[in-house]
Amino acid sequence: MRNLIPILTVVATIFALWYAGAVVLNAPWAYDKAKRAEVTLSFSELVADTWSQEKPKLPAPHQVAVEVWKTTGEMVQNGRAFSKRSLLYHAWITFSSTMLGFVLGTGLGIALAVGIVYNRTMDMSVMPWVIASQTIPILAIAPMIIVVLNAVGISGLLPKAMISMYLSFFPVVVGMVKGLRSPSPMQLDQMRTWNASAAQTFWRLRLPSSMPYLFTSLKVAMAASLVGAIVGELPTGAVAGLGARLLTGSYYGQTIQIWSALFMAATLAALLVGLIGLMQRMTLRRMGMLR
Amino acid sequence: MSWVLAGLAAWALGWWANTRLAALPRSRATRLAVPALFGLTLIVVWECLVRGLEVPGVLLPPPSQIATRFAASTHILWEDFVQTAIKGALTGYVLGCGAAFLTAIAVDRSGFLKRGLLPVGNFVAALPIIGTAPILVMWFGFDWQSKAAVVVVMVFFPMLVNTVQGLSDTDAMQRDLMRTYGASYWQSLLKLRLPAAMPFIFNGLKIATTLALIGAIVAEFFGSPIRGMGFRISTSVGQLSMDLVWAEIVVAALAGSGFYGGVALIEKAVTFWHPSQRGRA
Repeated sequence: MRNLIPILTVVATIFALWYAGAVVLNAPWAYDKAKRAEVTLSFSELVADTWSQEKPKLPAPHQVAVEVWKTTGEMVQNGRAFSKRSLLYHAWITFSSTMLGFVLGTGLGIALAVGIVYNRTMDMSVMPWVIASQTIPILAIAPMIIVVLNAVGISGLLPKAMISMYLSFFPVVVGMVKGLRSPSPMQLDQMRTWNASAAQTFWRLRLPSSMPYLFTSLKVAMAASLVGAIVGELPTGAVAGLGARLLTGSYYGQTIQIWSALFMAATLAALLVGLIGLMQRMTLRRMGMLR
Repeated sequence: MSWVLAGLAAWALGWWANTRLAALPRSRATRLAVPALFGLTLIVVWECLVRGLEVPGVLLPPPSQIATRFAASTHILWEDFVQTAIKGALTGYVLGCGAAFLTAIAVDRSGFLKRGLLPVGNFVAALPIIGTAPILVMWFGFDWQSKAAVVVVMVFFPMLVNTVQGLSDTDAMQRDLMRTYGASYWQSLLKLRLPAAMPFIFNGLKIATTLALIGAIVAEFFGSPIRGMGFRISTSVGQLSMDLVWAEIVVAALAGSGFYGGVALIEKAVTFWHPSQRGRA
């Protein structure tokens, strides 16, 4: 709560800058129009014009808000929540491939981490490549993965999910390796004195103690997965999804559409990451790990 | 069929050799040899399987074909590399990280700003910022300037958050010591807090290297002049010349690893005192 006022101040500053930026960036076009209509603009007229242009360079926040409401809330009221013009529909498409990629990536990540912790050869040979794999700008390959998988006959959700998976498995591997190794030698010795089998040590000591690490990396993985899904939608010929909205918006100069898609993506990211944060709090509280 | 068998044999051989190597005591040599052997095995298996299963080159070309294409078109690849990696990514990286660093130092003087900006920065760092690429391309035109702008926006927040966190990483005792020496704000910043923040700053710099390349390449999907890695990848996919795409990916991988490795080397030299660096010989 102590942070509330500073945060609100910062957010308010951002909005003020945004409005000011809209005036500055859209002013040339407003002057241009005024010159052709042979009128001179007073300052207040200028401001009013820059905040209400059809295709502004930088739309004002309220224009974006109106567009978002038009494509979500109003459509719901009209009973067309999932028509192709609704942002909810596009967000749903992106959400589903994000989730699929996230689940696949988390599964792969945990499996690799268990392998790395339990197998010395894997630790030495795979771990460096896991790290190296992330220095490759995978998003650059996204169009190719999609085209290639389409050619094999795999289309729709899975190719996009593959990109999300590639981006999201890395934080999970790194976090889980750290987490599974977090029990102290003392605790491991204790398990040994109880004559615990390897499986018992895993389920009762290593896995529970890795939970804080797992959730932290899940948050990163979720954000990465969403980015992967959005970029994965760019080259698919712009049919559906938030990425497709961005692309069509940039083709037709519909800046308000781009900004509303961006806003939707940000909301989705905040919701998903917030959800994992909530799960983290609940799980850790039940496990008695929450400080 | 024999190619497939050869591939399986190569895999078995590689894994067996690695198991033997991994059982040896850890040294610098084994630490380098094991992953190198693993990578080599993967390439050999890839080559054998593509040939054995007769995968069409449009889907997945064998490594040998990619290597020949790479050697044959070095001038195109170099031109793309300069356009995307040097002009786009590196310019944006330097500008973005520099701006974030200076902002962090400015913010650090005010506890109020820090409390407000850190949560917002953390939130923004989790957003799909890459989505601003079409807007920035619209503002700054198709050439490398817009790519650099995308990179600036992408690297700014991770770098900011890391630097601010790093600057507050000194404990009260150390700060008190500086105060007993009668150190001014700038003296304690330069001699205590900045050095102490270096591990965090380098963490941010390392995260930013990958983001920079990704940003520069993806921004080219929204419009670019007729050169650049992202442009080449998207047009070559359209022409189904997958070997060129893969050659471009090799360039991207080399650039990414080189960039990351360079920053890691500097980190090693600057933060030699930190436990995470001291542990390794």
